[in-house]
Order: sequence, then C-alpha cells, then structure tokens
Amino acid sequence: MSKLEQSSLYQLTMVRFRLFLREPEAIFWIFIFPILLAVGLGIAFRNRPADVFQVGATTTQLTQALAADKGLRAATMNEADGTRALATGSILLLVTKTPDGVSYKYDETNPDARTARMVADRAIQTAAGRREAVHVEYQLVHETGSRYIDFVVPGLLGMNLMGSAIWGMGFSIVESRQKKLLKRLVASPMPRWQYLASYLLSRLSMLVIEVVGFLGFARLVFGVPFRGSMWQLGLLCVLTSLAFSALGLLVASRATTMEAASGLMNLVMLPMWILSGVFFSATRFPAVIQPAVRALPLTAAIEALRGNMLQGTNLGQQTAQIGILLAWLLVSFAISLRIFRWR
Amino acid sequence: MLGNGLPTQGNSPTLLLRGLRKSFADVVAVDGLDLEVMRGECFGLLGPNGAGKTTTIEICEGLTAPDSGTVELLGLHWARAENELRQRIGIQLQETQFPEKLTVDETLRLFRSFFRRGIPVDESIRTAQLEEKRHARVGTLSGGQKQRLAMACALVGDPELLFLDEPTTGLDPQARRHLWDLVDGLKQAGRTIILTTHYMDEAERLCDRVAIMDHGRIIALGSPQQLIASVGGEHIVEFAIVGHETGDGLVDPALLKAIAGVESHRVDAGVHQLSVRELHTAVPRIFATLTGQGLHLSEFRTHSATLEDVFVGLTGRNLRDE
Repeated sequence: MSKLEQSSLYQLTMVRFRLFLREPEAIFWIFIFPILLAVGLGIAFRNRPADVFQVGATTTQLTQALAADKGLRAATMNEADGTRALATGSILLLVTKTPDGVSYKYDETNPDARTARMVADRAIQTAAGRREAVHVEYQLVHETGSRYIDFVVPGLLGMNLMGSAIWGMGFSIVESRQKKLLKRLVASPMPRWQYLASYLLSRLSMLVIEVVGFLGFARLVFGVPFRGSMWQLGLLCVLTSLAFSALGLLVASRATTMEAASGLMNLVMLPMWILSGVFFSATRFPAVIQPAVRALPLTAAIEALRGNMLQGTNLGQQTAQIGILLAWLLVSFAISLRIFRWR
Repeated sequence: MLGNGLPTQGNSPTLLLRGLRKSFADVVAVDGLDLEVMRGECFGLLGPNGAGKTTTIEICEGLTAPDSGTVELLGLHWARAENELRQRIGIQLQETQFPEKLTVDETLRLFRSFFRRGIPVDESIRTAQLEEKRHARVGTLSGGQKQRLAMACALVGDPELLFLDEPTTGLDPQARRHLWDLVDGLKQAGRTIILTTHYMDEAERLCDRVAIMDHGRIIALGSPQQLIASVGGEHIVEFAIVGHETGDGLVDPALLKAIAGVESHRVDAGVHQLSVRELHTAVPRIFATLTGQGLHLSEFRTHSATLEDVFVGLTGRNLRDE
C-alpha cells in the first residue's frame, strides 16, 4: 500500500466516493435531474414571436383600420355574433361603431384583452389621422441574458447546490448513526475531524463535476451567458456548497432515524424552494417578509450567482450575499459540532 | 508508563474495574462491579439480556462513561490516554452494520488506515476466513460472514486486548461453531479476549474464566469447571410425576434431599431438578424413594451440570427466561 492509501483521510474520502457512485439514484438526482429540469423549462419558456390578438369589429372600415396593425387580426361581425365570440374567447375585443365614435367591449381583468384594447385603440386613432406628439423609435431586445432560461439557470444551480449538499450530508450521516457505524468508528482510533472532513472533500470534488456539467450544458445548448469572472463564480459555488453542507450537518447532527432526518431536511429546504427565487424573482413576495426572504441562504446564493452570470457583478459588490452565506456556514457548523451525536 | 507504547508489566491486570456504577434514567445497569482480567486470558461476561453485560463492556471500551468507579486498561485510563488505548485495543460491537455497498476488502482497508501499526489486510482476511468474499459487497454476506468481518475489523490493529460483544448472537449453529474456532485461534495466539454472551455453552467452550452477571452485579466468578463444581454435583437429574405436571408435586423436598448423594433440589413448572454427585449410585436410590411414595414418573432424564445450572441455582431463574 502506498503512503496515500495508508492515510485514513484518503480512505474515508474514497469510501464517500464509492458509496456515492454505487448509488444510481443519487447520481440521477444530482447530475441528471437539474439538466432535465433546465431542458424542460427551456422548452416551456422559449421566446416566441409577439402574440397576435384576435379582435372583432362591426364595420368593414373599422376592420381595415385594425388589420393595419401587425399585432391584430380583425374580422367583421355583427354585435350579437361579436358578443358570443367574446364570451367563448375566440376574440379578445369587440369594437362597435357608435354615433359619436367607437366603443370597446372586453374583459378588463384579462391582461391580453387589455393589451388588445391598447393596440386596437392605437390602430383606430392612427387610421383617423392622429400623429404622435413625440417621435419614438423601437429597439427590440432579443439578446441572451434577458431570456427566462438565462434567469432560471443560476436559480437551478443554487437549488442543486443546496440539495446535493443537504442530502449528501444528511442521509449518509443519519444512516451511519442508525446502523451503529458511527459508534463503531468512534470506537476505533479514527480522528473524528477526519470523518467530517471526508464529507467536505468528497462534496467539493463532486461539486466540480456537478457545476461544470450543468453550466457547460446550459452554455452549449441554451447559450446562457457568463458575464462575471469565472473564478469568482467558482468561489461562489464553493461557498454556497460549504454553507449548505454545514446546514446539512446541523440537520443530521441529532436525528437517529431516516424518517426524522428526511422530515427535517424537507422542513429546511421547502421554504427556500418556494421563497428564494429559483423560478421567479424573490422580490415578488410582500415587503413585510422581504428581510426574512433575503436572509435565507438560498436567496443569497442565487442573487450572487445571477449577479455574476447575468450582470457580471464582482465579489466586491456582493458582500451582503457573501456575508449571509458565511454566517449560515459558521453558525450551523459551530452548533453542529456542539450537539453532534456520535452514537 | 503512559504513552510509551510498551506492554505493561506482566503481573498487572490487563483490565481492572473497581466499584463501577452506571444508571440510565431510573434503571441501574451496573451496580458496583469489581473485576480483574489477566494478560492472555479469555474472559466471559455471562448473563441474561438486561443483566448489564453490554453496559459493562462499553464502559471498558470507553464508549460509555461510568457514574462512578475506575476503569484501567493496559495500565492506562480513558480520560488521560484515549488515543493510545484506541490504538491498542480491538472492538467488536453488538449491532454494527457496515456499509452494504463497500466490499470486504475496502471495509478492512478503511479500518486498517486508522491504526498506526497492525496486521496487513490480507492477513486479517485470512484469519477471518473471508478469502472467497474478499471482493464481495458487504450486503451479499451471510450473518456469520458479516460477524467474521466485524471480527476482522477488530483485529486489523493487532490489538493487545480484544472486546467481543455477543459475537454469535443470531447466528445459526454452524456459523457459531465457525466463529468459536476463530476465537480459539486468537486465544492460542495469546491475545487477551473479553467477550459477553448469553449462551452458556459458548462461555464454557471459549472462556478460561467467566463472571455470571445478574441485575448489574457479578453473582459468580471463576473458571467454568469451578462454577459447575460449586453447584454441588456434576450431574443434574430431572423428573416429573404423573398427575403433577402443572404444579408442585406432592413429593416432600426434605425426603428427596435426604437421599444420599443428592446435593440440592428445586422444582420448576412441575419438573424436579436434583443435582447429584454420582449418577450410578444416586439414580437407583431416587427410583426407590419415589416408588416407596407410590409415585409414577412421567419424565426422567439426566445431563451433566452446565453454567445454566449454576445460574439457575444462584437466581432460581433460567438464563433464557428473559
């Protein structure tokens, strides 16, 4: 045996790798699932050409005026047919000729109908000879970095870093405790710090595969941008993973059954899945709970990752997020070391 | 003496316990225990489940702190020399489940890496007779093979003192005999072994000395032969009387005890037990006495006295009643 193979830290870390690689489900959830999710969301939220709204009008003259706008498809119909078409949703707006002008019939609560009303009004006013008071030029945005997939990839990355760290720590520590393996290990001369260190070492090595695989896929298939510095992005991933590993250690520090552990893990992760802005911006939640939302480690992680990837923000501009992640890391780790149950 | 890595003087005990006490909530698990185990001995803690054997052995292993009393191993104390002690002892716990997806070889290499010195992994595999299973995953091993793996993990550090907690519990008879042969081999190699068991035959077969425990106390201590001799007779005669199977017979115990060669008498669920010194002289007299009383036998058997009979004689209970 070589010197390295005789080292207990090496052996413990290798055990972590072997046990992970021999668990096909874990490989699926950590490496394959996030990519599948990104593909699904990328397809569902792909950028489509601007919608064309279906509208109706009671006179051919109005129909022509409406059809002049590329955003509208107009048909002529009498008022009774038009009302029926409106009720069944086959048109969004019915324009009726009145003695002194036109009247719009539409559902105010339907955003598409409101948009159709504005476009139709513009078309009719233009046809009637209205001129713009201010000259306007339109610049349409189709560049990468502003699409939904660009927004969601850093969110999924953060979510994945959280899941793999908490599940990776939680399940195997609690399983070892339940099967009395922890007790057997402390009965041997194994240095206890090495047991925890082996988890961190294997987590950080796996992190490389996980992050490079996922981001590489997002880059190649969706052309997601990387505007910030790559090494800073790497550092953010490491910090995020360490913070969640510490949280996973805390979750696993007392539980003696797998049921208790998985309940605790869900309790910890569920609020973050919802609140931390994985799929939509966390700023959508009411102002009252914003301080709490922003203090969550996943919110901080995702804000920092999005800042780096989409806006090219550097670490110096992310001290708040980094501070939150460091605080979670240190506090969770300190508490777990105090309350960790070896048997 | 601390930390020099040399064996302690030959005349000091390898294990020394003085006034050991431990309670859990309102249960007294160990109730004032004194014990000495000498170098090279195979020592057995025997007793029913709940007698305090596992608590005692876990206090010796430094896994449980006693409420009071002193523990000295190899002349060292847990509080001052934990690292040194962990290097020099081998431990097999009662219910360790090793990771099922590691192989035998990987598991042993892990445990070997914890010890500064020890035996090669190959040798531990050979000792535990797991050569054919070397590259098999732990999950595919039989109960006996898993137990031998646990034993091998306890041996890789070439320990001076080996603790085995119920090494054969739950194994089939063949696997038990296999494990006994293994322990025999370790004894012959001169290791000090301390084991717990609730099988009397195991203690009789393996141990140089045994301590019988009950309710956290040692109620008898000595070699199996000494303890069996202390029952008063080397043979046990058991019989039941027709019509009295369910309760105490109408036989007068004084009459039975008066028979020459009968050392003691007790009744358990209608079965009378007599310990006798010589079967060939006592049995005819027992028959004569019973016939003289007009009683008819429904059962009659004899066996050599065992540690079970020692336990029954001391506590009035069977070891496996619990």
